Amino acid sequence: MNHVINVQVENKPGVLARVASMFAGRGFNIHSLAVGPTADPEMSRMTIVVDGPEMEQIIKQLYKLVHTVKVTELSPGQGIEREIMMVRVNAEASKRAEILEAAAIFKAKTVDVGLSTLTFELAGDPAALGDFLELMRPYGITDMAKSGRIAISRDVKTNGKKGRLRSA
Amino acid sequence: MSNTMTGAQALIHALESQGVDIVFGVPGGAILPAYDPLLDSPIRHVLARHEQGAGHMASGYAHATGRVGVMVATSGPGATNLITPLQDCYMDSIPVVAITGQVATHSIGNDAFQEAHTWGISMPATKHNYLVTDAADIPEVINEAFHLASTGRPGPVLVDLPKDVLAATMTWHEPKAIKLPGYRPSVKGHPLQVKAAIDLILESERPVLYTGGGVIRAGAADELRAFAELADLPVVTTLMARGAMPDSHPLCLGMSGMHGSYTATTAIQRSDLLVAIAARFDDRVTGEVKSFAPKAKVIHVDVDPAEISKVRKADVPIVGDAKAILGQLIDVMEKKLGGHRSPERTEWHEQIAEWQRDYPLAFEQDPNGPIQQQYVISELHRLTGGNAIVVAGVGQHQMWAAQFWGFERPNTWINSGGLGTMGYAVPAAVGAKAGMPDDIVFAIDGDGCFQMTMQELITASVEGIPAKIAVMNNGSLGMVKQWQKLFYHERFSATDLTRHTPDYVKLAEAMGCVGIRAERPADVVPALEKALAINDKPVVIDFVCDPDAMVFPMVVAGGTNDNVIMSASDLPDPAGPQPEDVI
Repeated sequence: MNHVINVQVENKPGVLARVASMFAGRGFNIHSLAVGPTADPEMSRMTIVVDGPEMEQIIKQLYKLVHTVKVTELSPGQGIEREIMMVRVNAEASKRAEILEAAAIFKAKTVDVGLSTLTFELAGDPAALGDFLELMRPYGITDMAKSGRIAISRDVKTNGKKGRLRSA
Repeated sequence: MSNTMTGAQALIHALESQGVDIVFGVPGGAILPAYDPLLDSPIRHVLARHEQGAGHMASGYAHATGRVGVMVATSGPGATNLITPLQDCYMDSIPVVAITGQVATHSIGNDAFQEAHTWGISMPATKHNYLVTDAADIPEVINEAFHLASTGRPGPVLVDLPKDVLAATMTWHEPKAIKLPGYRPSVKGHPLQVKAAIDLILESERPVLYTGGGVIRAGAADELRAFAELADLPVVTTLMARGAMPDSHPLCLGMSGMHGSYTATTAIQRSDLLVAIAARFDDRVTGEVKSFAPKAKVIHVDVDPAEISKVRKADVPIVGDAKAILGQLIDVMEKKLGGHRSPERTEWHEQIAEWQRDYPLAFEQDPNGPIQQQYVISELHRLTGGNAIVVAGVGQHQMWAAQFWGFERPNTWINSGGLGTMGYAVPAAVGAKAGMPDDIVFAIDGDGCFQMTMQELITASVEGIPAKIAVMNNGSLGMVKQWQKLFYHERFSATDLTRHTPDYVKLAEAMGCVGIRAERPADVVPALEKALAINDKPVVIDFVCDPDAMVFPMVVAGGTNDNVIMSASDLPDPAGPQPEDVI
């Protein structure tokens, strides 16, 4: 089963290598990893999707790295997860209309048009990306790139006085 | 002193500020700038003959003194030669700092002469490491390095310093306050957990205190003893914890595990409560994990949260410093007992006494037969009254030393436990003796180990560090040979060293040491007496030992601790578990 963890690390040279080396050295498997800045310039956030049952050890070993400040495991439904994907699909003239129609339903953006292919960009919930891929598969996927998941936790929905819902 | 100085001067100044009085190293091109101000510093430099030796010296020094050991090497091969000692210190939680030279920053990545990616290579072998790119950072980096090495779970830290950074001019400043938002090791244990632990201990009928090397690192031997006495708990000391509890104490059961005593291993196995203090459930202790101490609940005290429930699920985890938590356990226990004695566990103590009576650690020395290593160790203990720091390599001699030396004080047993680094003993003994010049430092080494690092005896004699080395010369890689005998149908592949070459006495003399040989049991005591009488030179004694002796008790690797093999006549069925999938 995939688990999503958010790792807040000090923004220091080599911190990604430290995290990657720890995973490799301990035999933990990374499904995807995305890293980028946070609102605080001294910190970076890594969103790591891992499979495997050793979550407790993974989190503890991450904490052991001196530059790791906070590790949060996002249980399903607790986090907001997004991913971006670009996918190139065979699209001969006779199929183009139906492919574009399907893309429109998913709000996928057409980013390149070739003689016999269409390339879409789709960002959103990872499950939706998976669904779109399945839909495109029969036409023939010739190339695909995914960013890896990024995630943040959902904020509290009440402030103790009245319900305060946010869209997500 | 002017505040303007080179990075190299700042480095030496920073080391002095940390209270460093001795460093072990080998110079070279990239680290040259640092060696120049070292000449004017009160810090003593011990010139090792190989960087690996320098690293183990720093480790032996740290083991013996409890202070941070410092090793110095140049870039490239100098740094890569430190990797074994660094990993060794990492596995055994020994506080050391490695200072390495690096090629100039503008050359990094260009495959320059003596360039290696030291930062990357050392990363998984260190608790933390640094590549310094600005001389102005040196005060902070050195301060952090010593802080990281010596606090929390101690360990090795490496600081890589490019030559141009060492040569650059900087303005010395006192290091700014350490800012490591991701590093906040716990000290005190959670009070509720401590209370829960005491409740479990009071309910238990067959408890065992299972203690690891962290007790010694935390300086918690006094607290351990006080708590064991207060709560009436039998104590098992792992290989790394030998000396944490006096072996002469009635509650001390000695070492457990693969070559532990029957009593220690079996007491853990039959216990209903394991109170693990700074021990990590190493595979040499647990044997097969699923059958390890099957009826026991577990209280696990460790400063490293990642050790808790890594191997065995803890019922009561307590994160923090062993000394602080033992103090808390004592306080809560005293309050609970309110002046009364701990509940009597007569049956359990009787059972343990019966095992001790029926399955003692024993050996026989035939006066006309070959020398048994256990005999040498026992006689050395008798002659010194146990007042010595014992250093071991890795193998049969190490296990016999751990079994037959009665340890009474912490920091008197120095060996390579986790990594099992052959060749550890000679340089570690040199480092220990350098740190504790008034103590007898006696290495009990194997001939295989000795041949890996013996050149550091040159360092010892030239630098005037009179460590003593007992070479247990059985002419073979004894432990490997033992496994071949037990598990590979006596097919002795590549384990024969011969007992005649080299001539250890001549070799010792060539290296400026006194060489002594003992060939028969009657030679053992005179040889030891002669060695103990020499205090101005390192001494090497060549004990020509039984080439066929095997270490018992033994639990087969990966086998269950229910099955302790007491002697060769008790050997496992050759059709039984084979070592293909176990180490």
